[in-house]
Amino acid sequence: MSESDKTLSARRAFLQGSLAAVGGVAAGKAIAGGEGTPDPAITEIQPWRSTLGPGVDEVAYGQPSPFEAHVKRRNVPWLTAETKSSINFTPLHQLDGIITPNGLCFERHHSGVAEIDPSLHRLMVHGLVERELVFTLDDLMRFPRENHVYFMECTANSGMEWRGPQLNGVQYTHGMIHNVMYTGIPLRLILAEAGIKPDGKWLLAEGGDAAAMTRSIPMEKALDDCLVAFAQNGEALRPENGYPLRLVLPGWEGNMWLKWLRRLEVGDQPWHHREETSKYTDLMADGTARRFTWVMDAKSVITNPSPQAPITHGPGAMVLTGLAWSGHGTIPRVDVTLDGGKNWHLARIDGPSLNKSLHRFYFDFVWDGGEMLLQSRAHDSTGYVQPTKAALREFRGENSVYHNNGIQTWHVNQSGEVENVEIS
Amino acid sequence: MLRFLSLFIATLVFTFHVQANPLGLGRTALPVELAAWNTDVRPDGMGLPEGSGNAADGEVIFAEKCAACHGDFAEGVDRWPALAGGQGSLQDARPLKTLGSYWPYLSTSWDYIYRTMPFDAPASLGADETYAIVAYLLFANDLIDDASFVLNRENLADIVLPNTEFFRDDDRATTEYPVLTDACMDNCKPSVTITKRATGVGVTPDQADN
Ligand code: HEC
Repeated sequence: MSESDKTLSARRAFLQGSLAAVGGVAAGKAIAGGEGTPDPAITEIQPWRSTLGPGVDEVAYGQPSPFEAHVKRRNVPWLTAETKSSINFTPLHQLDGIITPNGLCFERHHSGVAEIDPSLHRLMVHGLVERELVFTLDDLMRFPRENHVYFMECTANSGMEWRGPQLNGVQYTHGMIHNVMYTGIPLRLILAEAGIKPDGKWLLAEGGDAAAMTRSIPMEKALDDCLVAFAQNGEALRPENGYPLRLVLPGWEGNMWLKWLRRLEVGDQPWHHREETSKYTDLMADGTARRFTWVMDAKSVITNPSPQAPITHGPGAMVLTGLAWSGHGTIPRVDVTLDGGKNWHLARIDGPSLNKSLHRFYFDFVWDGGEMLLQSRAHDSTGYVQPTKAALREFRGENSVYHNNGIQTWHVNQSGEVENVEIS
Repeated sequence: MLRFLSLFIATLVFTFHVQANPLGLGRTALPVELAAWNTDVRPDGMGLPEGSGNAADGEVIFAEKCAACHGDFAEGVDRWPALAGGQGSLQDARPLKTLGSYWPYLSTSWDYIYRTMPFDAPASLGADETYAIVAYLLFANDLIDDASFVLNRENLADIVLPNTEFFRDDDRATTEYPVLTDACMDNCKPSVTITKRATGVGVTPDQADN
């Protein structure tokens, strides 16, 4: 059974249950027969029924239905001076399941997308190693490979919300995240080819784009679960996501996942480069700053309903759904509240529960048509519980920019419209 | 077999001083190739090339190559970043983070400017130009008052920035994680009110095409 079939049959089963429970009110409309205007979608022959469609090869690389053209990445133009050093956002409210389609993975570039000719791409490994080496992509394809699904979240996801609700849409508040299956080479195997010297405790990774971005990575992580990936969701990385090579640091902040990876330097101390000093350090209320805050803590958000995806069907049976993730492991549990946190309910996690991957949750219920204050709260496999924004502010103040994993609140009015709010 | 092989390699990596590369892949990097790509700089000065420049010369170069975006005095233009100012603002509602107010190490600006700026012409600056620009940024941030001050490979690492000691390592595991475990399920609070709304803030892009 496919994922959507499963959802459908779960929904049918649920509907049967709830129909019995609510009796005639909702059921009357659904089962009454023999009256009303016939549906032309049924009674009239549609063009796709009476004419043949395009043949194979018409579109050599398949595209979504034209009716899905509204499903796209969007940016917030006022955030940055220019799109080459900017960010756009994954349309979380228009997706389901846990995998992000390649073309919808959010983008963040510092100097535009590098359009690299793979035959001219090299990976250099040097510094405190026994052998300073250069690899072509062909060389790298001879290493053993692994496949893993991991979320990748920008450290500044929800960063605009530290001082209060700003952006009215889950795409903008939470869309700097994607979740794909990577195929790649364990980083430790590449480092082993070069042979790390005993005082090699840090790794500098550099991209080959115009920004030549760099980050310092502790050797412990580099030898643990990192990948040098060349594919996402079964095909070559997209240029926006680092073609032909990117670093994958499961559970760690997105900025460190160097795209267009061309160089790995082993050293005995961190480099304190721009992306780990000026940026990606967390300014606290007392004026001190945390640095090397690498792990992305547990977080969740309701993707539907949400401001860009209001309830349009009126009261009755409905599906609430969302995403949960943690850089520390898996998500065994998600709680959902409809009344702003007075009472909570267990959500149903569906689909694979993978380490450091997005988890999909659902809460199927009957909406009475009243106002709601929706929140979700993730629990991760370490026992950590996603905090409120107020709790985070107590630790960090409002200037931290990064690592905002606080609980999101959506207000739903009686028309089903949804607004980004904060509550007491 | 593949699986056995990768287990074998995984074990090897923890054994330092391996004699030969386990898979025999890749080739030796040539000195000239290393020199072409290994241009990064560390706080202790490792990686800095020969060269020097003073703030007065830096001001001229900055006006020509940087000021269009960053302003003549590095104060920033429109939404392009400011590179000077902000001292004493780190606890304000709108802190300004610059070399003078926030950055912990001077080497970071040398490294970043040399490898990444100017934004519209990356990898185009020479070492002397970069020393001069960084000296000018010290001047623009009131960290030196002598425009003839010469910055070079020998003295750059000795310059201590005012905010260096205010950085500390991640302490979430001890300060936050043990406390953030609240998971009340029933009757968790008597009443709830909306305290803040996104509507009216007016910063969300047009949603007509959602
Ligand atoms: C065309 C506009 C433009 C020009 C010209 C330019 N920059 Fe930049 N600069 C930028 C942008 C955009 C960024 C932010 C890049 C990013 O993070 O994606 C930036 C970032 C910086 C930063 C880091 C700021 C911080 O707070 O982290 C420094 C330092 C800098 N530039 C120095 C220079 C110098 C020196 C020059 C001249 C040699 C220069 N820039 C020329 C646009 C420009």
